[in-house]
Amino acid sequence: MAGALLEVNGVVKRFGGFTALNQVSLHVKPGERFGLIGPNGSGKTTLINCVSGSLHADEGRILFDGRDITTLPAHRRTRLGIARSFQIPKPFTSMSVRDNLGIPLEYAGHARAGGAETDEILREIGLHAKAHLRPAGLTQIEMRKLELARAMAARPKLLISDEAMAGLSHAEVDDILAILFRLNAQGITIIMIEHIMRAVMRFSERIVVLDAGERIAEGTPEEIVRNAAVEKAYLGE
Amino acid sequence: MPRLGWSVLVGIAVIAAGVALAMLRVNPYIYFAGYVILQYVVIATAWNILGGYAGYVNFGTPAFFALGAYTAVFLIRSMTAPLPVLIVAGGLVSALLGLGIGYLTLRLRGTFFSIATLALSVVLQTVIINWEYVGGSRGISVLRPAGPPFGSYVTFLFTVMVGLAVGAVLVARFIERSWIGRGLAALRDNEEAAECMGVPTLRLKLFATTVSGFLLGVAGAPFPYYLTFVEPNSAFALDYAVNGLAMPMIGGTTSWIGPVIGAVLLGTASQVATVTISSELNLLIVGVVLVAFVVLAPEGILGLVRRLRGR
Repeated sequence: MAGALLEVNGVVKRFGGFTALNQVSLHVKPGERFGLIGPNGSGKTTLINCVSGSLHADEGRILFDGRDITTLPAHRRTRLGIARSFQIPKPFTSMSVRDNLGIPLEYAGHARAGGAETDEILREIGLHAKAHLRPAGLTQIEMRKLELARAMAARPKLLISDEAMAGLSHAEVDDILAILFRLNAQGITIIMIEHIMRAVMRFSERIVVLDAGERIAEGTPEEIVRNAAVEKAYLGE
Repeated sequence: MPRLGWSVLVGIAVIAAGVALAMLRVNPYIYFAGYVILQYVVIATAWNILGGYAGYVNFGTPAFFALGAYTAVFLIRSMTAPLPVLIVAGGLVSALLGLGIGYLTLRLRGTFFSIATLALSVVLQTVIINWEYVGGSRGISVLRPAGPPFGSYVTFLFTVMVGLAVGAVLVARFIERSWIGRGLAALRDNEEAAECMGVPTLRLKLFATTVSGFLLGVAGAPFPYYLTFVEPNSAFALDYAVNGLAMPMIGGTTSWIGPVIGAVLLGTASQVATVTISSELNLLIVGVVLVAFVVLAPEGILGLVRRLRGR
């Protein structure tokens, strides 16, 4: 796929005898809002782990910005421009919110920690008032925002949001969605993994559906909603 | 930079004070006990670089310490190498072992890493016991070089240890305040997140285990000249494993000053207890104090001070 920012080609990932990903291919275009959905256990997070480098694919190739990153360690991929948030927030608990952002800024964002850039990101995400707090003092939605803010601090080209909205209220979901729309408008490509259909359908320009480690559908949100295979995967026969 | 300049000045002042104390020629026991306390400053500081900053708890402190000591024994026996050579060589050999356990962190985390380091100590002790050249299980006597400065060799070693302690603390302080220290703190909090935020976790862990190993070996290298007799049970003593971990935990693991406070307090207490009560009891004291701190003040004395100030 020429001109794709991210290209996943025939990726296979096995855990022992269990095949979590079976020949999955997809591509994401620069600037795109891309949705990745599927029932629980369908391999979404495994795929994301293979893209971000937390796991390494057993077979297949992953290209980012035209470069083969299949065997690169995660921190190198982050420096190339792939940032992610975690489904279960993994903050640096001994550091303040500000210092949490300092790590990616210093290690991947090519900026000095604690400078104006930290404030800028915190203001953009709406965590400015909490900058001095430790993550233990944050609410659920603030914790999700910290995940996104930290990913932003790595100055990514591609942001992967792994269920950033699970367990949030209606208004909070809108809040996070607004942030992601804003980031996308700044030119950041976004992959959204989400169970909240209202959010993912509104956000995505294009969606790929995984089920049991296989890619079963691809299309616009309207096409996905009308897709029989997707309905079957979610609801059964 | 001016900050680093200040800490170096303070370090030089401490070394000068140590030399001045050595020239006073007070009761020789002061130097004898002072050496042990300073040796623990080095050990606690070294342990903390890996255990405190990176969060990898090393139970194998005796292995690194004894490797430094036995490297020295080997070099004394084979070529009567001078003390500076012993210290550098002891440090380098232990640093290699440190690099080795660094690669263990690829597969082992948390408790499993700690158990592996404990096993390492046992394995290394077995090797030494069966190596006749360095004394085997019977141990080996070492002759001190003649004509030391300050009149006695122990007094001289005391000043050397002052210098090593200052050096170790400066290294720890530098690491803590640099980008390396911030990266280590991130991987201590969450290794996967740190890696995904661009922190080269493996490289930083290898750095921490190697530097920590180097300093532990440095602490052990003068040991043969200090006691003039080295045998496996004293070189691989449980004391080093327990103290190496207890002192930073009691002082506070997040800052370079924590292990120093812990080592000075616990080291002094156990020296006093050895003289006044019994030499067997001092490890018990360490144990009780450690348990009390883990329960009541898990962030050590530094944490207590911070809490009191915060109010």
